[in-house]
Amino acid sequence: MAIITVQDLEKTFAVSRRREGARGLIGRLARETVQVRAVDGISFAVKRGEMVGYIGPNGAGKSTTIKMLTGILVPSGGTVQVMDLDPSRRRIDVARRIGVVFGQRSQLWWDLPLADSFALLRHIYRIPEQRYRANVAQFTELLDLGGFLQTPVRQLSLGQRMRGELTAALLHDPEILYLDEPTIGLDVVAKARIREFLAQLNVDRGVTVLLTTHDMGDIERLCSRMLVIDHGRVIYDGDVQAIKERYGGERTLIVDLEEPGPPIDVPGARVVKVDGPRQWLRFHRTDATAASLVAAVAARARLLDLTIEEPAIEDIVRRIYEGEAAWEASTA
Amino acid sequence: MADLPAIYLRLISARIRAQLQYRLSFLLDVLGSFFLTIIDFLAIIVIFYHLPALAGWTLEEVAFLYGTSYVIFKLVDMLIGHLDGLGDQVQAGQFDMIMVRPLGALFQVVTLDFGMRQLGAVLQGLIIFGLALWRVDIDWNTGRVLLLAQMPFSGALIFASVWVAGHTIIFWITRGREAINAFTYGGNMFTTYPIQIYGAWLRRLLAFIIPLAFVNYLPALYILDKPNPLGVPDALRFASPLVAVIAAIVAWRLWNFGVRHYRSTGS
Ligand SMILES: Nc1ncnc2c1ncn2[C@@H]1O[C@H](COP(=O)(O)OP(=O)(O)OP(=O)(O)O)[C@@H](O)[C@H]1O
Ligand SMILES: [Mg+2]
Repeated sequence: MAIITVQDLEKTFAVSRRREGARGLIGRLARETVQVRAVDGISFAVKRGEMVGYIGPNGAGKSTTIKMLTGILVPSGGTVQVMDLDPSRRRIDVARRIGVVFGQRSQLWWDLPLADSFALLRHIYRIPEQRYRANVAQFTELLDLGGFLQTPVRQLSLGQRMRGELTAALLHDPEILYLDEPTIGLDVVAKARIREFLAQLNVDRGVTVLLTTHDMGDIERLCSRMLVIDHGRVIYDGDVQAIKERYGGERTLIVDLEEPGPPIDVPGARVVKVDGPRQWLRFHRTDATAASLVAAVAARARLLDLTIEEPAIEDIVRRIYEGEAAWEASTA
Repeated sequence: MADLPAIYLRLISARIRAQLQYRLSFLLDVLGSFFLTIIDFLAIIVIFYHLPALAGWTLEEVAFLYGTSYVIFKLVDMLIGHLDGLGDQVQAGQFDMIMVRPLGALFQVVTLDFGMRQLGAVLQGLIIFGLALWRVDIDWNTGRVLLLAQMPFSGALIFASVWVAGHTIIFWITRGREAINAFTYGGNMFTTYPIQIYGAWLRRLLAFIIPLAFVNYLPALYILDKPNPLGVPDALRFASPLVAVIAAIVAWRLWNFGVRHYRSTGS
């Protein structure tokens, strides 16, 4: 049962620009309008209870998509169905049933204490008194808000505010939670806490989550499925694990030798980098095991230390982008 | 829907509480708005120092226009004047957060603030209006009482419509604020004088296309028993409620049209 269905979705922005290569006063004042295709024919469906990572490079069209899913923007083409409603036509009905956290925006009242913002939201969303109390109590505990519930929002740290924003987005028991870069600017500890919280939320309450982020740690920790988009188009939609295997079969063995030396030649691996006594050996799971490589290296040189690097999703994503670019070039 | 007034009061009272945290600055704001606006009336007195009448209107009669215009306009300003922050909101993308809440966008913009300081200007308008009523000789009858009683409602609806319709432009031209002010604050100035003093073009635009003549001038012609010099049908003197409702419908449609053209920002 799809809770979100997107079909051939498009959004074009008319942007006025200075004419390129313009000369002289008139030339420089003359502006031309160009059409930016921010979202250029995207289709996908999200099932109830899924947690989907929506990723892609800057300007790929991620935020624009989320804005159309939430009814902020009216699509230029294609269709969106969220809980069987068209968000741009039924904005208010959809809004009642979704929660939104945009890392770059705030939905809290700047000069009121956090608790007062929650109280106002209770009325705006018409949350029954009991639900409200239970939710505030639970999120206060899970996100450890107790220490700053009475602090005006403008005095909160970014991490504290983000926890407040998450609570604010969840008080009315939304069925879908949209998160656009919720961990942006947070330190490692704060990120970890928010990830924990989201993972638990998805399990406990079955909330469907669509998450945009540039931090692949968020995706690895939280999502089993990811959608990769670039230039307003989907270039990958599937398992996070599968993509790791398909593009990420290669691992790297990093060895610290006693002395600097020439690249070590062992079967099943190739040296991709040498830095003094440290060498990087890349190998594919099908060609060698880490144990066999370590043994082979130790037979040729004195080994002080070693680490094995799993492929990071960043690299995998970069390779998808590059693959896509190469593919486009070959068909162009 | 039924609990909208309650939500309105809650949101507004949160704003008022925030403003009252700074009592002194609040008092200064109210006083400031009182004295700043009374200067506008002094300008009228100066005119009458040189002239016995303005287009056939005495000082007391102009004070009637002035008082009604100010009281009505400043009440509207107090309720929805912060619409002029819409441009900043749209530019900062903060309007996004309004769009994801289960309330009308206009309702939310309007509840973002409350112009308590306008109380000073409203008070000033009330004083001038009181003086006018006291000094002008009105031949009261039921019609005149009713016409006067409906003025604040129709007038406020017309001013509010101008405000809302004008700010719709923000969805296309984010920095349109100054141009819009010409119609809102300008509309306030326009309605403080008998409109036959204005040139034909300005009059056509501001009095009838933007129906500011229906705020106070046309009803005042009947209430003060003045001749109708503009050659418009006499019946229009009683048309304010109808015109106000039409203006509100047009403004509401324009607003919704504008909201559907909201573009947000790229970051
Ligand atoms: N309101 C707007 N007006 C004009 N252009 C816009 C607007 N919003 C987005 N764009 C353009 O559309 C494209 C996609 O932007 P979008 O914000 O959706 O990207 P994104 O994937 O969220 O990027 P990021 O990772 O940087 O947040 C960009 O080229 C951007 O400049
Ligand atoms: Mg973005």
